[in-house]
Amino acid sequence: MTVFAPCCQPPLGLIPVTLTHYLIASALLFAIGLAGIMTRRNVLMILLCIELMFNAANLAFVAYARALGDLGGQVVVFFIITVAAAEVTVGLAIAVLLARQLKTLNADEVSLLKW
Amino acid sequence: MVAPPLLCWTILLAPFCAALLILLAGVHRKRFSAAVAIAALLTSFLAAGWVFLQALRDPAVLPCELSVSWISLPGFTVPFGILMDRLSLLMTLVVAGVGSAIFIYSIGYMAEDHAYSRFFGVLSLFAFSMLTIVLANNWIQLFIGWELVGCCSYLLIGHWYAKPAAAEAGKKAFMVNRVADFAFLLGILALWSVSSPIAAGRTFHFQTLQARLPELARAGPVPVTMLPLIGLLLFCGPLGKSAQFPLHVWLPDAMEGPTPVSALIHAATMVAAGVYLLCRSFWLFASVPSVMTIIMWVGGATAFLSACLALVEIDLKRILAYSTLSQLGYMVMALGLGGSVAGMYHLTTHAFFKALLFLAAGSVIHGTHEQDIRKLGGLVRSMPWTSAAFGIGGLALCGFPGLAGFFSKDEILVLAYERNAPLYWLGTITAGLTAFYIARAWFVAFMGREHAHGHESPPVMIGPLVLLAALSIVGGYLGIPRFLGELHGELHWEVAGISLAAVAGGLVLAWLLYGKRLVSPAKVVHALALPYSFLQRRYYIDEIYSWYVATIQQKIIAGLCAWVERNVIIGFAVNGTARLTRGMGQVIRLCQTGRVQTYVLAFLIGIIWLLSVPLRR
Repeated sequence: MTVFAPCCQPPLGLIPVTLTHYLIASALLFAIGLAGIMTRRNVLMILLCIELMFNAANLAFVAYARALGDLGGQVVVFFIITVAAAEVTVGLAIAVLLARQLKTLNADEVSLLKW
Repeated sequence: MVAPPLLCWTILLAPFCAALLILLAGVHRKRFSAAVAIAALLTSFLAAGWVFLQALRDPAVLPCELSVSWISLPGFTVPFGILMDRLSLLMTLVVAGVGSAIFIYSIGYMAEDHAYSRFFGVLSLFAFSMLTIVLANNWIQLFIGWELVGCCSYLLIGHWYAKPAAAEAGKKAFMVNRVADFAFLLGILALWSVSSPIAAGRTFHFQTLQARLPELARAGPVPVTMLPLIGLLLFCGPLGKSAQFPLHVWLPDAMEGPTPVSALIHAATMVAAGVYLLCRSFWLFASVPSVMTIIMWVGGATAFLSACLALVEIDLKRILAYSTLSQLGYMVMALGLGGSVAGMYHLTTHAFFKALLFLAAGSVIHGTHEQDIRKLGGLVRSMPWTSAAFGIGGLALCGFPGLAGFFSKDEILVLAYERNAPLYWLGTITAGLTAFYIARAWFVAFMGREHAHGHESPPVMIGPLVLLAALSIVGGYLGIPRFLGELHGELHWEVAGISLAAVAGGLVLAWLLYGKRLVSPAKVVHALALPYSFLQRRYYIDEIYSWYVATIQQKIIAGLCAWVERNVIIGFAVNGTARLTRGMGQVIRLCQTGRVQTYVLAFLIGIIWLLSVPLRR
């Protein structure tokens, strides 16, 4: 009982942080990321926004893991972090190449695969 | 005493083995291939002769039948076998006997030929195919032999394939026969389809059909119109193979082949296969009088029209070819009149004297390298043996009393006299024409002044001539009709007298024109310019066919097919598919804006839609 006391019992005068709060924060992060992707033209900004969305997902996983007392969610988060690292590597490499080859980072100008 | 089954299989398979052996081992061995081919055919002949002797001693030997199962599927069985009865035995003896004589003759005739082994190989294959027809016990086997002889005929007409005329002639023979054989095959299949009221019992087997079909026709399962239709379709086979009008056009051209081939295939045996077929299935034709009427008129017309063509021909072999047509017409007419024995009798004697005539003509060509009768002449002095052979053959052909042709032709004319007067007169006039054209050939090519210098042929060619000449003389006394089961009626004096008068008239007229030169033939030609040119252009039948092929077939039908091909198949089906695919692509690729934001928006809408599914439920 005492082990979980500091987090289960919030300080006086503050609202206890529940699962709902975490999920709302996660959804906000996700929406911000998505909005960024849809509005930004710069490849670097798009990559950053993708990272935001990843972290929104991570937050939701961790929150659920905590609420349900299941460590599986945390394990998934580790996976996602790993994958995101790899993805960022590739994404940044593409960005570097775009800057070198096409002299631009504007995603709209990169339409080589379009008919 | 050898068992008949072994003998019968030997008859059939010996030439086949020879053909295989020559193909596998003898292509470059001239003497070997000739020896193998002749030995095999002689074996067949001797085996058939042995069976014949056994049959004479003990009539119960015939008919005998041997059969092995070849194709056996549920509801479809084809045997492969031998049906040896008097009819097929006689035909086997003719094929193997006359064939042997011609094979031996070929040693001399083809001596200088570069494709000597191929020639003998194909000849052996031909002998096998012909025996397959003759000995077949079912329609499928007969049809296989039928096509095989057509194939051999093609190969042998085109033996000198480097010569364009020979290649063309082979092609023509093959195509004309294909046209006829297509109808023939339809007839066989139609016969099969009505052969049993239950599907499992259908058969191609001759004797089963013969035993069963009249019963079925009477009882009703076979429609009334079916039998005449089948008869007509089956008659198309002989129409092509026996070169009856109007499908006769290939036979004169077939003379481009080597002369032994003309003798064996295009005079004595293969073209007689059609007549043999009519005899073999005579019970079927005899039961449909309407078809019989067609058969006899086709035969009579062929006999008369081709005899007319022979009157103006100048090529020695082609004269004989038209004469063959004419005699085949006689046989078919006899069949149509209901005289299968008379037809078969004439077939046999005709095989003797026509092979003789052709071999004599071959000997002339061999000795002088010339076959235009106007450029020949006076051969009696330089080629006495050949001339004697030709003379005997010619007399037998026109029906000189006592020779083979006299008896058999008389049988046919008596038959016509009793059953159909117009055909009788047609036949008698044809007999006169026959005498005229063969005497014309004789007087122009063998008598008179010598134009081409010739030398007598070697003994290996003269031997068969002597043998066949002997057969042409005694052929009438061998009792062939009695062997086939009909007692030889005594001479019908009235018919014999009238036909003799016609023959004598023809002979005398030819003698006056070409022997005595009472009137110059050129003057006669001038006086009869119109019919002469009509005959010389062969009734314009070749022209009609080429017009048909060039205009109807090539322009109209082929044009129509090309239009359908171009516009429907290529334009609509093939290119249409491609155009449809491309059009769809053009529409769908509008989605590919190339802007990341658009795609993300599409994802978003998709996800929202997916998530909304449980809510909407």
